[in-house]
Amino acid sequence: MATAAEKMLAKASDTKRVDPGEFVVANVDFVFAHDGTAPLMIDVINEFQVKTLKLASKSALFIDHAAPSPSVQSSILHKKMREFAAKHGIRLFEAGEGICHQVVMDHGFAKPGNIVVGADSHTTIHGAVGAFAVGVGSTDAAFALASGKLWFKVPESIKITLKGKLAPGVLSKDIALALLKELGTDGANYMAIEYHDELSPKLSTSSRATISNLSAEMGAKAGVFPAEPFIPDNGANYIKEIDLDCSILEPLIAKPPLPSNVVPVSELEDMEVDEVFIGSCTNGRLEDLEIAARILKGKHVKEDVRCIVIPASKNVYIRALEKGIIETLAKAGCTIGPPTCGPCVGAHMGLLGPEEVAVSTANRNFTGRMGDPTAKIFLASPATAAATALEGRIADPRRYMEG
Amino acid sequence: MRGKAIKLGDDINTDLVIAGRYKFRSVTIEDMAKHIFEDLDPTLAARIKPGDIIVAGKNFGCGSSREQAPRVMVTAGISAVIAKSFARIFFRNSINVGLPAIAVDPTFIDSTSDGDILEINLKESTVKNVTKGLVTNFKPFPPQLMEIIEAGGLVPYVKKKGTLL
Repeated sequence: MATAAEKMLAKASDTKRVDPGEFVVANVDFVFAHDGTAPLMIDVINEFQVKTLKLASKSALFIDHAAPSPSVQSSILHKKMREFAAKHGIRLFEAGEGICHQVVMDHGFAKPGNIVVGADSHTTIHGAVGAFAVGVGSTDAAFALASGKLWFKVPESIKITLKGKLAPGVLSKDIALALLKELGTDGANYMAIEYHDELSPKLSTSSRATISNLSAEMGAKAGVFPAEPFIPDNGANYIKEIDLDCSILEPLIAKPPLPSNVVPVSELEDMEVDEVFIGSCTNGRLEDLEIAARILKGKHVKEDVRCIVIPASKNVYIRALEKGIIETLAKAGCTIGPPTCGPCVGAHMGLLGPEEVAVSTANRNFTGRMGDPTAKIFLASPATAAATALEGRIADPRRYMEG
Repeated sequence: MRGKAIKLGDDINTDLVIAGRYKFRSVTIEDMAKHIFEDLDPTLAARIKPGDIIVAGKNFGCGSSREQAPRVMVTAGISAVIAKSFARIFFRNSINVGLPAIAVDPTFIDSTSDGDILEINLKESTVKNVTKGLVTNFKPFPPQLMEIIEAGGLVPYVKKKGTLL
């Protein structure tokens, strides 16, 4: 009787079964790093003094966090990545191709049952397609790239069953925020979350990606929607089981400075905002831009509010262009940025000044995350963000969802 | 290891250890380390002395996977972190860069004040608060992790072994 995570780790470590707490050395199927983590990874690889990198053909580097480069220092780091990639025959995605996670999804680099190691905490996102995808630091990524393997402690699993039907204006981001409220920032620390989608209709892969992505904020090692053939056994052991009736959910928002400080949007409706950011690996996909466009179509962003929209990848950007979504958003007064992490990591493109307030569709509202440490970041769905941009204050999107 | 306690709270994330904006404005860890804990307390960096020990609440190191966080701590002279609990990526990164990350009894953390003198004995798995006369035992590291810690991190460990696996 095994959970999905146990099945994947057993296969990857060439054994029949693994148990929580056990240490395994697993074969890694895909490894990647970005401009925030790759430069250190390259230093570590050089220090390992290995001649060949076992996983070079199953790896990628991404210039996405500070892209296009906003400073000479980051240009130096990018140059270092290009030289390393060329030397070892590693595929490098240039500035403008998009956020690592979205590009991995667009290209299908992470497959069901794969062990995916990313030098980025939100690597858990690839659980949306049924991969065991784990965020690590630069040294672990270097080890995996060089050796093709990495050690893992087999995690306990939490089973979360999503039931019911989402109300109009309530999105998968709200499900993730509800779970963050329930589990807190460390409720799944060291554990794998196994999501069972019994919603009607079922969530799209993009919507699932938002939930798998935010599993990292619950401390989880992985956030998996199981896929064939790694379906958990009946009677598998879970450390905790949660049933969430999504029918009763309303739009939610996380107050600074923790993503688990979640309250209903309706409680904060008078809060004025300076900036709205719609984008990131959490909510910068086509369906996210589409719902924002639906709310903003034919209307205009409130005066004095900066609404920054950043498609998560070039692929998302082009599809949004073709569907007229970009035109709708631009006409509504949004500023469209090139595919990048943007202000989410505080590197560039819409940083906050002292005491400013932002509503962001990203994943972290930590102190100083998007600029000045006295700025306040509220995390919400793209629907809530778009309604907020219209009204210039935190706004419930449900009143724009009629019809 | 012996050092002065620097007491911090719960959920100290890696953005607070080193803000993202400095990752793209600095080329070296030394440049970055000047801004350690800046958004938490701008005066903290100047107070850190070689050998100091971070004493934190639950979930230390949550958030970003940035390995720059334990690296700037090592560069700033911090000798170890003890906490009620650690976020998983930080824990791995910390061991990999040779910074002992030790989960200890929450009551010991609560009883320790900023500035107390602490002594850590990795072999005996004990932390002593010399100032208050308290001792706590922690769960010993698994043997392989202990070897990495003793080598000073994964890179020196691999070099010593002469092979990755």
